[in-house]
Amino acid sequence: MTTFSTYDPEQFFDELITANGIPRPGAQLLIDKINTLPAGELLMRQKEAEALLLKLGITFNVYGEEAGTEKIFPFDIIPRIIDSSDWQQIETGLKQRIFALNEFLHDIYNDKKILKDKVVPEDLILSSKTYRKVCEGFTPPRKIWCHVTGTDLVRDSDGSFYVLEDNLRCPSGVSYVLENRQVLKRTFPYVFEKLQVRPVDEYPVKLLEMLEYLIPHHVDKPAVGVLTPGIYNSAYFEHSFLSQQMGVELVEGQDLVVQDGYVHMLTTKGLQRVDVLYRRLDDDFLDPKAFRPDSLLGVPGLMEAYKQGRIAMANAPGTGVADDKVVYAYVPEIIKYYTGEDPILPNVPTYICREDNDRKYVLENLDKLVVKAANESGGYGMLVGPHASQTERQEFAKKITDEPRNYIAQPTISLSRVPTIVGDGLEGRHVDLRPYIIFGEDIYVQPGGLTRVALKKGSLVVNSSQGGGSKDTWVLLPGIDQKEML
Amino acid sequence: MLSRVANAIYWMNRYIERAENIARFIDVNLNLQVDVPSEERSQWSPLIMTTGDQAFFEKNSNEYTQEGVLWFLTFDRKYPNSIINCLAAARENGRSIREIISSEMWEHLNHFYLEMMKEESIKMALLDPHRFYNIIKMRSHLFTGLMDCTMNHGEAWNFARIGMMMERADKTSRILDVKYFMLLRQVDMVNTPIDNIQWISVLRSASAFEMYRKEMHQVTPNKVADFLIFNKNFPRSIYHSLSKVQVCLHRITGTPVGTSKSKVEKHLGRLMADLEYTELSEVINIGLHEFLDDLQTKLNVIDELIGTTFFNIKTQAQSQSSEQ
Repeated sequence: MTTFSTYDPEQFFDELITANGIPRPGAQLLIDKINTLPAGELLMRQKEAEALLLKLGITFNVYGEEAGTEKIFPFDIIPRIIDSSDWQQIETGLKQRIFALNEFLHDIYNDKKILKDKVVPEDLILSSKTYRKVCEGFTPPRKIWCHVTGTDLVRDSDGSFYVLEDNLRCPSGVSYVLENRQVLKRTFPYVFEKLQVRPVDEYPVKLLEMLEYLIPHHVDKPAVGVLTPGIYNSAYFEHSFLSQQMGVELVEGQDLVVQDGYVHMLTTKGLQRVDVLYRRLDDDFLDPKAFRPDSLLGVPGLMEAYKQGRIAMANAPGTGVADDKVVYAYVPEIIKYYTGEDPILPNVPTYICREDNDRKYVLENLDKLVVKAANESGGYGMLVGPHASQTERQEFAKKITDEPRNYIAQPTISLSRVPTIVGDGLEGRHVDLRPYIIFGEDIYVQPGGLTRVALKKGSLVVNSSQGGGSKDTWVLLPGIDQKEML
Repeated sequence: MLSRVANAIYWMNRYIERAENIARFIDVNLNLQVDVPSEERSQWSPLIMTTGDQAFFEKNSNEYTQEGVLWFLTFDRKYPNSIINCLAAARENGRSIREIISSEMWEHLNHFYLEMMKEESIKMALLDPHRFYNIIKMRSHLFTGLMDCTMNHGEAWNFARIGMMMERADKTSRILDVKYFMLLRQVDMVNTPIDNIQWISVLRSASAFEMYRKEMHQVTPNKVADFLIFNKNFPRSIYHSLSKVQVCLHRITGTPVGTSKSKVEKHLGRLMADLEYTELSEVINIGLHEFLDDLQTKLNVIDELIGTTFFNIKTQAQSQSSEQ
């Protein structure tokens, strides 16, 4: 009896196994390998991987946890495998989408043509919490607004990919992608080498190239920094990791000061100018003079220096408005408007509660829908209709009626699953996919991304802040004949 | 480098050195107790006095017993300078500067701290203290070794060394001060075998016994003081430790040793000149305790000047104990 012989994909699309129990072509080698492992070996490799992650300090603070301490971001060694034709659609679809969103952002802060043409409701944008008036009339360096994006994709039971949401502010998780890959290379070295998985580790190079691209040519000795809220931030590990991989300074707000119109670091040898910041700080906390005055994490005067063109920032302040879950519903129109093309990657069908007909439908079908608040992230402020109690649904109905502008609803997607180690066997667990996209001189989509997995049986919530975990994602090169390797 | 980061690495090393010194001092005292059993209070109170925190110790109504003192110095979470708190502080500092220390250094420091937190550690400290404190010492040495071999000897490394050596000079002066002060009162015991053992224990507290023997042979109070203050070769002597501070400081500022541009260089230079040109007889005339007390004050001033010059710390009121 082999490990996979009792594995049942059930009614879901399984990333590694077809409905008939046969491995998908790209997964054949891996499954054969796992099946030939002696009893207990797979679990042992899992434990080794976990030990390695702990040793490397790949940790994550879960908000609201009592100890508030570091835990390893849970990791399962069985990777999700994506074949090259699937990836082709994803890559081109994401490039199209990010290009359009960037145009959109520039437009709404400048000419507002899309609003005048009523493709997207004006009040939706201008009244959004994340619309930053201070950015009006501004053109950021190279006209790029969304330098780093993490777009969440899901695969439905019919095998199609849909965009679940865009993350255009401070998307995190790419460091886990990079470290997971290091760990998995050591877990399944033979399979990995034979399959020729596309590499992910040029990401830091691409990131640095993009950041340097934003600095004007004439600047003498350009300096790049990563701005972090500090060690108590849940994603601190990533800030530190990326700055180290790029070889640039990791700074906190307290390390920076604006003097003579320019931003400087406080160093042991005095003030040193910074020319571009990869800022992992939300707009609200960026500058007490421009945004929240109580923020101790930001730099007073940073926005003024930015608007004067004396420092570049990635991502540009103001991108949050395109992050909005209600604006998301209009993205297919946005893509059409700026590219003239239909979206290559479709949205999940979405009901917009501000629209009367949609709202009526939503309130009548709460038990079938997933309802999301426009501006929350991390799986908070969400109702999963089919799993919720009557009381929870009633409470949410009230929220929707009180603030319809704030909510969207989508049918529950039958998220695809990947075999995951549970106890001493394997069971399917739901996953999504977050590829990372860098918009610099070109648009680079990292091959793979973070596969987030909902570790609890039957759960659809994959967010790390609510106890989800991750897997490595393998994108295969085209034309690999799997049969030759057996 | 960033001021905040320089501050963190300076203190990371001060705290590790501090933890190691406590471990060593305790270990020596445990051995001394076997050789020269005496009344518990006089046995264990010198350890508390060396820290300079006896007021804190007494205010929290701790007992001058072996268990009481050992617990206080090793595991007491309320005492900022206990071994466990020193390691916690070192680790916190290390965590905030992971991008400049090597991964080996971090993994070891993390491991060092996490091991201390385990129940087995507390058990070992109670049942097999010699082994326990030896492990602390060895892990601390390993950290120093790792820092030496895996980190670029650049600005960050120099700040780390300054922190370590400043702490070392301070602790050596305290060990000498306390023991000398306490031992010398027992005049009737001079040159007895017990006295000899006590002085040897002072040397062992500074890991100095064998090296001392090679150079000085006979054990006398004055010679011990001379060795631990002025010896140029012995790595834990006050002179040697501070000369390393000076070398590292001047590497950072770029001014040649012997010249000075900043206030901190001037203060340190003056202190080094004193150590270079003072004879032991002068120290005895002033009084060893007075000399060492004055030295500690000067070290505090230098520590403060390092903070204001490099770490962008605004001047604060002088404090007795040095903490981050």
